[in-house]
Amino acid sequence: MKVVYLDHAATTPVRAEVIEAMLPYFRDKFGNASSVYGFGREARKALDDARQKTADILNAGFNEIVFTGGGSEANNLAIKGAAWEYRHKGGHIITSGIEHHAVLHPMQQLEKEGYEVTYLPVDDQGLISVEEFANAVREDTILVSFMHANNEIGVIEPIAQIGAITKERGILFHTDAVQAAGMLDIDVKKLNVDMLSLSAHKFYGPKGVGALYVRKGVRLVPLIHGGSHESRRRAGTENVAGIVGLAKALELADAEREAVVPKIQRLRDRLIDGILQIPNTRLNGSREQRLPNNINVSIEFIEGESLLLNLDLMGIAASSGSACTSGSLDPSHVLMALGLTHEVAHGSLRLTLGRDNTDAEIDYVLEILPPIVQRLREMSPLYSS
Amino acid sequence: MYSEKVMDHFQHPRNVGEIQDADGIGVEGNARCGDIMKIWIKVEGDRIVDVKFKTFGCAAAVATSSMITELVKGKTLDEAEEITNNTVAEALDGLPPIKMHCSNLAADALKNAIADYRSKLRTV
Repeated sequence: MKVVYLDHAATTPVRAEVIEAMLPYFRDKFGNASSVYGFGREARKALDDARQKTADILNAGFNEIVFTGGGSEANNLAIKGAAWEYRHKGGHIITSGIEHHAVLHPMQQLEKEGYEVTYLPVDDQGLISVEEFANAVREDTILVSFMHANNEIGVIEPIAQIGAITKERGILFHTDAVQAAGMLDIDVKKLNVDMLSLSAHKFYGPKGVGALYVRKGVRLVPLIHGGSHESRRRAGTENVAGIVGLAKALELADAEREAVVPKIQRLRDRLIDGILQIPNTRLNGSREQRLPNNINVSIEFIEGESLLLNLDLMGIAASSGSACTSGSLDPSHVLMALGLTHEVAHGSLRLTLGRDNTDAEIDYVLEILPPIVQRLREMSPLYSS
Repeated sequence: MYSEKVMDHFQHPRNVGEIQDADGIGVEGNARCGDIMKIWIKVEGDRIVDVKFKTFGCAAAVATSSMITELVKGKTLDEAEEITNNTVAEALDGLPPIKMHCSNLAADALKNAIADYRSKLRTV
């Protein structure tokens, strides 16, 4: 059966060139980067090269990159690490209501510890208001965290503008750029951020490895205490192969971004336009301020999981904000934040493109989807034709 | 995650539709959880002679709806009322644990349809 993978926001395959770059560090060059002999020096060299490459792409310094065990850890380290370190300066934090759980849950933990967190709402397009943000800043605000691009609806937030304000006010600013990397420019100077999270498996690197940019001068209480790895910010023997893979994947993504993005964006626009031909559908999130690879639509009168399973039976891998697919009883907090009703949020479909998707695959989806929608609607008590 | 029987009923649901001159109609579920089932029954004497459903929901919700229509057709009202959500789930070779709570509501919808039928009888 034909298989069409349209869930690149969930994860991506590891590129052949990345696997190739990683392989030596599992067997022949297996050394511990902390050892003084040859094997160790070889591993150290690989780590240093990876750190420099990553720093160059972020327009950051060598010592400003901390490798972690993934995007969630990078977010946790940035948020909890900074909140704990700067507790003496104040206890107020600002974030948005549409952050990934790897940001929202650390925030909730900090609230239990006595911090006060403001969750800024977004407008019906999914955008944070810079003005509302400026009004939310207080004397005791120590940290701000807003995602660069949303994982569900692909909306790109005004990070640089917000960063201009935090800079002026001397407040630490973290951005979760896990979905943005590979698709958008993640120059930390242009973005005006103090911390930025990455996850390798979202840009054709391996799972279980991420990075956090931490601006020079920003101190963090580590989450993992132990050896002096990562300049005492993250203990544990470095995942050399994984880190090499992250850097290689990021290097490829950065080099090819300008060529790949227009191609993906054209496919995205074809898909959006094609799906919106179906009556009673809507695009979730801003069309203009949107990742080039994200499509999120609500298809009224039908439920997301039923739709996903039907698509899966036809070889199409997609995602939904329905409760049934989230493991909880409520639909996605992001879709609800846009002001969608429960039934419309349950009927959401997310398709996220990658570098290998083709026009023929878009044709296939646009051929398969309408009859599935029709069939599900005909059995829906909410639908009258 | 789903049994073969669930997938069979999900892909080929039995008795989808409405009964125009139904004797009882039952609804169960809510939009918040994402599962809403509506069931129509036709009764002759004390037997359910026809039954149809429409469901908005996940595969488990569709499959349990479809399964209950097969279980109750030809049954007396008293027999039909004894069917529980668990009976339906067992007839489908089980449901994933999280679905037992949110999407297993076909028996409740049927009970509502029978109650609707009985309340109409009383008012005639």
